[in-house]
Amino acid sequence: MVDITPADAVPPAEVGEMELYHPHSWWTKYVFSQDAKVIAIQYSATATAIGMVALVLSWLMRLQLGFPGTFDFITPEAYYQFITMHGMIMVIYLLTALFLGGFGNYLIPLMVGARDMVFPYVNMLSYWIYLLAVLVLVSSFFAPGGPTGAGWTLYPPQAIMTGTPGGQDWGIILMLVSLILFIIGFTMGGLNYVVTVLQARTRGMTLMRLPLTVWGIFTATVMALLAFPALFVACVMMLFDRALGTSFFMPAIVEMGEQLQHSGGSPILFQHLFWFFGHPEVYIVALPAFGIVSDLISTHARKNIFGYRMMVWAIVGIGALSFVVWAHHMYVSGMHPYFGFFFATTTLIIAVPTAIKVYNWVLTLWRGDIHLTIPMLFALAFIVTFVNGGLTGLFLGNVVVDVPLSDTMFVVAHFHMVMGVAPILVIFGAIYHWYPKVTGRMLNETLGQFHFWVTFLGAYLIFFPMHYLGLVGLPRRYAELTDMTIMTESAHHLNSFISIMAFMVGFAQIVFLFNLIWSIRHGREAGGNPWRATTLEWQTAETPPTHGNFGKDLPIVYRWAYDYSVPGAKEDFIPQNVPGSFGTSKEPA
Amino acid sequence: MAETTLTHIGQTEPRPAGWQGIATDWSSDQRAFKNVSWGKAMMWIFLLSDTFIFGCFLLSYMTARMSTRVPWPNPSEVFALHIGGSNVPLILIAIMTFVLISSSGTMAMAVNFGYRRDRRKTAILMLLTALLGATFVGMQAFEWTKLISEGVRPWGNPWGAAQFGSTFFMITGFHGTHVTIGVIFLIIVARKVWRGDYDIGRPGFFTSRKGHYESVEIMGLYWHFVDLVWVFIFAFFYLW
Repeated sequence: MVDITPADAVPPAEVGEMELYHPHSWWTKYVFSQDAKVIAIQYSATATAIGMVALVLSWLMRLQLGFPGTFDFITPEAYYQFITMHGMIMVIYLLTALFLGGFGNYLIPLMVGARDMVFPYVNMLSYWIYLLAVLVLVSSFFAPGGPTGAGWTLYPPQAIMTGTPGGQDWGIILMLVSLILFIIGFTMGGLNYVVTVLQARTRGMTLMRLPLTVWGIFTATVMALLAFPALFVACVMMLFDRALGTSFFMPAIVEMGEQLQHSGGSPILFQHLFWFFGHPEVYIVALPAFGIVSDLISTHARKNIFGYRMMVWAIVGIGALSFVVWAHHMYVSGMHPYFGFFFATTTLIIAVPTAIKVYNWVLTLWRGDIHLTIPMLFALAFIVTFVNGGLTGLFLGNVVVDVPLSDTMFVVAHFHMVMGVAPILVIFGAIYHWYPKVTGRMLNETLGQFHFWVTFLGAYLIFFPMHYLGLVGLPRRYAELTDMTIMTESAHHLNSFISIMAFMVGFAQIVFLFNLIWSIRHGREAGGNPWRATTLEWQTAETPPTHGNFGKDLPIVYRWAYDYSVPGAKEDFIPQNVPGSFGTSKEPA
Repeated sequence: MAETTLTHIGQTEPRPAGWQGIATDWSSDQRAFKNVSWGKAMMWIFLLSDTFIFGCFLLSYMTARMSTRVPWPNPSEVFALHIGGSNVPLILIAIMTFVLISSSGTMAMAVNFGYRRDRRKTAILMLLTALLGATFVGMQAFEWTKLISEGVRPWGNPWGAAQFGSTFFMITGFHGTHVTIGVIFLIIVARKVWRGDYDIGRPGFFTSRKGHYESVEIMGLYWHFVDLVWVFIFAFFYLW
């Protein structure tokens, strides 16, 4: 390693390759902007808008489940369409887009000390293709036959058959086209994020000085670039099955008493392709959340993150392991028991790095100076929620326990806790945390407290009872459960209760949206660094940061991101770009 | 506190060799891959992602072929051409493969002349590469036409498993699309080289960024990748 003392680092830390396109008009500044920060806001706004659609769909589903037979317009077909679109929107168009396209675009260049993403033009295209994918998806609501009702997993053969809503209409075609567009758009952005982290860091910013947020988003992006190809291939092949009459996934099959033209295809092949994407997808959503929550906890507990290197390797390890566990979604597909044994083992091994992370979050809090700010509340809520969801994952990862629980409400409860509620709590925490940097104003604290407590407690009141419903055997994806013998009166009451809670939690999100808009003008002035945080995005000359992020010279990094409460230092935080030695830092040598 | 480590980009100081060197580069600041430009890094990572796409396509094809319960058409007969009264197996595909591999050679020469700032030779060699690529696509179109006229369709064929036609058209089509996109970009980059854009640092029409002769090499990376993929498609479709 070549050691150069900071005194030698006189030339400005500018990377020769960066030439920014400076906008000349309103259109190129706010609409067709190449500034990663504007693109981030565009991504976030679009994802939130489509997320609201998914929220309304979940209300409609809860109306039907909680009060069956009351609402005539929710036919079983419509119910399947709600379920499918809710799942697909939440997983792909909201969570993936918001974490990687939204937070990734905003935070990566700022946190690694770059002027922008490495290829801003490609980055801009990424957003516009994502928007196109969303529009295609939305258009399926207005297409003949409505959106697809195949379930978010789109399993063939039913996904493209007559009985399924949209199966022989436009629904499934629009869904597949939209997914293909999303993958193309994401790849353009994802390449940018990866190259920016690897090749465009500022002077002094080593990989082991990156904030964990960047590590989480970076690893998730690498995973997405390797996992989305499987979904891409599956979508292309199913599109051909549906549009050209090929038989990739379609076996010889009888539909409505008629022998279809298909023969010899393998529905299981689709499941393998889908879950080779689908399982890494869980961690594509979870790893950015892990990273962000680490930074929230460290900042708001005024303490360095415990076991930084361990945290980094845990993120990388989880990312690698998640590519060899996919068939645990397929225990009931009739695969060989030895495969089940293999995939159950790998699945349970993931608990090791995950547990390391949870211990390290708790140990970071231990004897910290915990400020119960809104971001901190959400971070704490994330830890307990993630532990809860993770524990039920141990149940479902074991073949013998999974088989009876498969396709029950228990599964619904599990994945909503672990990859629904938990990452969304982090998103909320992150928005309360970084909103002051984006707008220059704080979000309203009172509304924030209301939002947090209703969301956190409400989510538990929604999803905890679902575990019980699943254990008594309530199947998922059933529109009408009234006549089933297992649907006891108490189970029915529980369902109504869950529905009412769902409406209340949904209402809290509307309050949150109001807060987002209201605070742009009326929020308290934040200043450049309201949380007294160490990372580079809080050290910009202006708030919100201008195009190019850091005034004339890029910052030079002298320390890791977690110099909080350093013994012997005057302040309780030392920003990464402050030179010199203060007290005894815990930075790993 | 640990001493701050700052390194220069494109530094010329000797670095340790082997694994030690990789560890040093990755624990340094600014760049994990020293002396690798952003564009080149991005192309490599894109190609890695694209490898997964082709990998999934080929694995699906192998699954379909191995699990089918009806006979798979015999490639030696299906892909034969009737020349001079006898069936010559794989003749067309041999020529196609020869053409595509030759185009990799001309591409490599173009990269070489690009770094020597020989505009004329670089542009000519790139156009030659594009021509060979277009020839490849043309012959592929001929092959498709022949198969279609013999009754091969994505949903069936006269000789056996329907998945033969489906996978063949899908995978060679996807590869042919890659070649076609490559030809288009070869022509664009060749035009820029010819015009001297990379000498005067003329900003790109869309990106408004200055181009470099390295674009020729990055273009070459893509072209060689497409070529390499063809070797696998060739082996799995025509030789299996």
